[in-house]
Amino acid sequence: MSNITNQSLSEILESIKSKKISSLELTQAYIKNIENAKKLNAFVTTTFDQALENAKKFDNKPNNELLLSGVPLAVKDLFCTENVKTTAGSNILNNFVPSYESTVTKNLWNNGAFLLGKLNCDEFAMGSSNETSFFGNVINPIEDHLVPGGSSGGSSSALAADLTPATIGTDTGGSIRQPASFTGTVGLKPTYGLCSRWGIVAFASSLDQAGPMTKTVNDCSIMLEAMTGFDEKDSTSINKKKEIYSKNLKDNIKGLKIGIPKEYRVDNMPKEIDELWEKGKKILKNLGAQLIDISLPHTKYALPTYYIVAPAEASSNLARYDGVRYGYRSQKGKDLIEMYENTRSEGFGDEVKRRILIGTYVLSSGYYDAYYLKAQKVRQLIKKDFDDSFTKVDAILTPSTPSSAFKIGEKTNDPVSMYLNDIFTVPVNLAGLPALSLPAGLDKKGYPLGLQLIGKALDEQKILNIGYAFEKNCGYKNEVKKWWS
Amino acid sequence: MSLDKEKIKHVAKLARISVDEAKVDSLTKDLNSIFKFIEQLNELNTDKVEPLTSILNQSLRSRKDEISDGKIREKILKNSPKKNEEFFVVPKVVE
Repeated sequence: MSNITNQSLSEILESIKSKKISSLELTQAYIKNIENAKKLNAFVTTTFDQALENAKKFDNKPNNELLLSGVPLAVKDLFCTENVKTTAGSNILNNFVPSYESTVTKNLWNNGAFLLGKLNCDEFAMGSSNETSFFGNVINPIEDHLVPGGSSGGSSSALAADLTPATIGTDTGGSIRQPASFTGTVGLKPTYGLCSRWGIVAFASSLDQAGPMTKTVNDCSIMLEAMTGFDEKDSTSINKKKEIYSKNLKDNIKGLKIGIPKEYRVDNMPKEIDELWEKGKKILKNLGAQLIDISLPHTKYALPTYYIVAPAEASSNLARYDGVRYGYRSQKGKDLIEMYENTRSEGFGDEVKRRILIGTYVLSSGYYDAYYLKAQKVRQLIKKDFDDSFTKVDAILTPSTPSSAFKIGEKTNDPVSMYLNDIFTVPVNLAGLPALSLPAGLDKKGYPLGLQLIGKALDEQKILNIGYAFEKNCGYKNEVKKWWS
Repeated sequence: MSLDKEKIKHVAKLARISVDEAKVDSLTKDLNSIFKFIEQLNELNTDKVEPLTSILNQSLRSRKDEISDGKIREKILKNSPKKNEEFFVVPKVVE
């Protein structure tokens, strides 16, 4: 019982089902862990009273037919939660209490889970280290001076530290997969359109996708199944039959063709990443998969494209923060325009302002063709690279990140070096594809490293299966010492 | 191309963000390094490429023009920093 929070979500669900533990005991165990882990700064808001109420309600009338029966979950503070403050890591939403629930969180609750709290993240999901949050940086449970990755850094930290049995994040350019890689956890960015974006604070609408972050691949399939579903309220939601990822999970990958793109071997990549990649290839080969060399020639242009498309969309999405309808309002300024300018200047942090300015500039009169239109054309080429490759292979294997977790403060003064962290994750968002980051080993310093499996659109089941087989044969299990409690 | 301070102040004006004079220099430096990075795209000839406008192979759905929501004024006004009973309140805009 004392070790229940070390376990995977699927083991916990089993314990609840067999009444080895009550939902209330489980919830109390997580609350205790959270209270002992304040140093990690993973939570912006906790909803303990509400969680305990829900746990009692479940125990009184257990319904074990659901995917997430009786389980408390903390979620990234980018998902709007009814009557629970939702900040997006920003001062400008510091007092925002939604009167509605995001579709994805509602799906989780309809599957029997309930809210434990809201997790810290980079401001408006703009960052790769969780250092841009108004609520301070989050600590990686692996070591006290490391970033947990970003933007879903509170999610990765809380998951690795046993503060939630599983969680959800959002991924616009790598914000689920990079923090999963930095903390030795599993993270999936689904196909664009698979999870509803309704009720998620918008960053870049053509790239944003919600996805699960879990301790195991099996957990990932359960969470994905619970999150997904067609939603009328999102105009880009894909209307298709719901898949039963967890039941269909299997570890036979014999005969599958795995593409190895040569462009993912970048300059100055640490030897360890290369070795990890080799290790991954070997494991899949031993399992009967066939490795095929492929080329994704426009890979190097993915990040520059992203830094036009994402800020452009962000600058229009964030125009809504005007100090009038909700959020922070500055008391300074003699007229309406000055009120807007001061509200946005005081409400947004530096990285968010930087991206709004980039976006405003690339969309401004006279520059649109040179930047935005150009980027949309290159995005087409990047998508075509993947389309061409997927006529030859079932999935693509790459490293998740070009390095392991870096030190707090190490990259904050150089935005471009921070952006380069997402070099392997960003192309997938531009092409709308699903990708899974798997814990695969440690570097010399003992920090976790991840490998990424990229699939065809809507081929989540296949990359989950490959990940499942990989996990069983990789011989690595994430161990986190609880130095903070 | 490089962005000078005046240009950045103009863009900030368009974005309705007041920029602290003391921060303009570092902002100029950061934005220029980002644009230098972005402008790698100019290496590529894209004359014959169609811009990608949607990642989904589906056109946007239309729905029936029916009222599905409403009578939630209180909910909508709830988070406003300044309101009276029925309206959002802003600084005076007409004399």
